[in-house]
Amino acid sequence: MNTNNNSYTLIYAIVMVIIVALMLAFVSGALKSRQDANVELDKKKQILSSLNIDTKGQDAAKVYDRYIIGALVLDINGNIRSESKDDAFALDMTKEMQADPNNRQLPVFIANVDGQTKYIFSLQGAGLWGPIWGYISLNDDKNTVYGTYYSHASETPGLGANITSDEFQNQFIGKHILNGVGEFVSIAVLKAGKRAEGKDHVDALSGGTITSQGVEKMLKNSIGQYEKFLHQPTNGGNK
Amino acid sequence: MGKLLSEKTKKVFLGPLNKNNPITVQVLGICSALAVTAELKPALVMGISVTIIVAFSNVIISLLRNTIPNSIRIIVQLVVVAALVTVVSEILKAFAYDVSVQLSVYIGLIITNCILMGRLEAFAMANKPWASFIDGLGNGFGYAWILVVIAFFRELFGSGSLFGFPIIPEKLYEWGYINNGLMILPPMALILVACIIWIQRSRNKELQEK
Repeated sequence: MNTNNNSYTLIYAIVMVIIVALMLAFVSGALKSRQDANVELDKKKQILSSLNIDTKGQDAAKVYDRYIIGALVLDINGNIRSESKDDAFALDMTKEMQADPNNRQLPVFIANVDGQTKYIFSLQGAGLWGPIWGYISLNDDKNTVYGTYYSHASETPGLGANITSDEFQNQFIGKHILNGVGEFVSIAVLKAGKRAEGKDHVDALSGGTITSQGVEKMLKNSIGQYEKFLHQPTNGGNK
Repeated sequence: MGKLLSEKTKKVFLGPLNKNNPITVQVLGICSALAVTAELKPALVMGISVTIIVAFSNVIISLLRNTIPNSIRIIVQLVVVAALVTVVSEILKAFAYDVSVQLSVYIGLIITNCILMGRLEAFAMANKPWASFIDGLGNGFGYAWILVVIAFFRELFGSGSLFGFPIIPEKLYEWGYINNGLMILPPMALILVACIIWIQRSRNKELQEK
């Protein structure tokens, strides 16, 4: 058989592409429902992780239902669009961040940890190589950080990727996002030894400067979108 | 093992571990050796994943070798590798989600690994499936052990830990020891690769260039 023949080459390429495409489509279709369930469960784990709850070895879905007692979907002006847990959970932040700010929907998850109310905001930003995201939980004063969770798609292992480490995330606990007169100033992420004027700060990752700056920007932009909500009275908002 | 591993297959398997090592002698796969060796765990996982993928794509290409049109052989190789990597990644996402999240970056990197294309082109295109499978395993392991050695030194001296567990005692830090931040930066991987090449060449006269 002459394998250098043009028509043979063409047919070979076409058949190969069709076979591979069918195979990949089949694999992807067959595994889709399991993958979606995993993604959903992982999101619940991430939200719980921002409350410093470790779900290792437990059924994350059950733990989630126990702690997360409610949720809100807000617009950028702090008006409540929905109070359903499912609506808030179903929001895809990547898509919302691309939407026009006036149509943007922002989820707030409300948790009850040992009788205390915590508010959890969704964060979305950019690191060095790709997107970074996370959740931040605040005490019911909507000012003091209770816990954080960060994750990333492709930051450098051992450097920027360390934003997922407990050492980095735990630094944020107890920091304030409002300054002395109640204005939103966010939290700075600075090189060790530097200080920020008029706001709280944490230490950046050595060797992960761009990723650290990404976290700082993400906090400022993402929490900034909830600013109206931050200044609303704690119970109820403007229903 | 007798017949299973004849003299020739043994050479095919053992060669890449030392005198024909993909990283230190063939100088393939250097890019990923820089990217994933800051810590031991990703290095080990990357080594294992590459070994599996090289072995199986070698077998597939070897089975197809007589049908592949010469003018599009690189494309065919690439499609086989990419399809295999995608299937593995999809399966991980469905059955071992945590692993797939940790591996997200590396899985993509496997496709671009020069060792894969190098072995497919140089070996699988001209050899029988069984020999190709062994060649894939050999090169995969040859790649993996270099990665693990580099990662061992980089994590130990860069972060003071191994597999994420602190190894250097607290006392030493109190006495003024500090982790060498240079170790976790990519250029250090190159310097360590160079050290391994240096040791290897000084011991093997035949590898030395005149």
